[in-house]
Amino acid sequence: MSYSNKVLDHYNNPRNVGSFAKDEPGIGTGVVGAPECGDVMKLQLRINDAGVIEDARFKTFGCGSAIASSSYVTELVKGKHIDEAMAIKNTVIVKELNLPPVKIHCSVLAEDAIKAAITDWRSRKAGGSVQAGGQAAGEAAIADQRARG
Amino acid sequence: MVKLPIYMDNHATTPVDPRVLQAMLPYFTDKFGNAASRNHSFGWEAEEAVDKARNQLAALINAKSKEIIFTSGATESDNEAIKGVVEFYKDKGNHIVTCVTEHKAVLDSCRALERAGKATVTYLPVDKYGMVDPDAMRNAITDKTVLISIMYANNEIGTIHPIREIGRIAKERGVIFHCDAVQAVGKIPVDVERDGIDLLAMSGHKLYGPKGVGALYVRSKGPRVRLTPIIDGGGHERGMRSGTLNVPGIVGFGAACEIAGREMEPEGARLRSLRDKLQAGLFERLGEVYLNGHPTERLPGNLNVSFAYVEGESLLMGINDVAVSSGSACTSATLEPSYVIRALGTDEELAHSSIRFGLGRFNTDEEVDFVTERVSREVKRLREMSPLYEMAREGIDLKSVNWRA
Repeated sequence: MSYSNKVLDHYNNPRNVGSFAKDEPGIGTGVVGAPECGDVMKLQLRINDAGVIEDARFKTFGCGSAIASSSYVTELVKGKHIDEAMAIKNTVIVKELNLPPVKIHCSVLAEDAIKAAITDWRSRKAGGSVQAGGQAAGEAAIADQRARG
Repeated sequence: MVKLPIYMDNHATTPVDPRVLQAMLPYFTDKFGNAASRNHSFGWEAEEAVDKARNQLAALINAKSKEIIFTSGATESDNEAIKGVVEFYKDKGNHIVTCVTEHKAVLDSCRALERAGKATVTYLPVDKYGMVDPDAMRNAITDKTVLISIMYANNEIGTIHPIREIGRIAKERGVIFHCDAVQAVGKIPVDVERDGIDLLAMSGHKLYGPKGVGALYVRSKGPRVRLTPIIDGGGHERGMRSGTLNVPGIVGFGAACEIAGREMEPEGARLRSLRDKLQAGLFERLGEVYLNGHPTERLPGNLNVSFAYVEGESLLMGINDVAVSSGSACTSATLEPSYVIRALGTDEELAHSSIRFGLGRFNTDEEVDFVTERVSREVKRLREMSPLYEMAREGIDLKSVNWRA
């Protein structure tokens, strides 16, 4: 199995790797996957009050195709309204990266990451404390650990 | 100056040693006879070459020449040993004791027998280093046990089992001991008498011989082991394995065994020191690297480590001018992470992060230096891209996180 050029490109020159500052407003964070599956994607979106995605960041633990899928997604969603982004199907990612059948699940995870990030942004905007994302999950976990001392 | 790509996957296969290739060539074109042709010189010279190879193999494991039968590879040898014994001794019993980290050729043969209702199998667990417990072995044996099957050394993590003790237990209880010694033969001293082994599988392409040829050692005395053949035909190899012999392959296998026997000690020492250098180099440059397998009871050229927070296939992609392998699910044909690493009890995430380096005869010091730098750089880069690394650095206990898979 050799890798497609697009996948290699995203792997060697990933777009938008990183995280937004913890105190930055308007950020939605989605963390999907699980370490025991070998795939974890964290996608962060900065969304303005009009619901348009201004910027995105990603970090991924996973194979080359998973990294490429999440990297591509950060480019794909910029400038889109969240309703548009919610409608993005994994097949768009498969087509762009020429993913073979055995790697399609990477694109599905990336689609889930978009939805999770937007859902997180919505719940934060509504002032809720629903744990829809890793940042929230992570912070809650730290607070929990400290409480247990 | 290193020549790219670098090959460090010698547990998967090895290049044919030029000396082995030289030995084989005449048998393709000039001395091309069928070793079973009894009536002319073409057959006689082929038979002579096969006999010489039989001696060379036997010498490497301290067996008698007539106890060696040639096969198409160790997978066939394992199949023959396991299925052949269970069939022949079915009136005596039908229980097998083996171990969860065996090669698929052994595990799948056992499972096939279970499915067919021909055997019941006990799969012994291993400790965190991948070693089987001789006491657990003792306790697992019943009066229906006809076979023990334990590999000499594991192909993924390099761990060497306590073979001599298992051989003793097998003798005590009168059970036939089959040993898949594919990774050990030619690399560390294997002695069927000292080790108490009754059946042994070996493979040409694991010790700088050609692919497509293997052998099965079948003990002739103390006890005499009998087998029902799985391949029927002209009755070759004392009726145990029919089919025209792969003469060039066998000649190559023999030559490879002779070279291995002669060079085992200095080569073992050289590989051990290269491997230790690679291991030290990686541990020095990176934190959170974990060794998989036993720290000392281990094949000289094997290094299997997990780089926490970095998935195996992505690392292989990043070092694409270095050939190694990984225990990650993404690199397996079945999308399962390595069952051997999982059997050690380590976290599944570390199975996905494991890389196996297999150093061999043709690897050099410069290559080890190059690979150390390359791997370290790539691990650092991938950790910067890893959400798990980020969370760990923030002090989050990954085990306490509620993942939405």
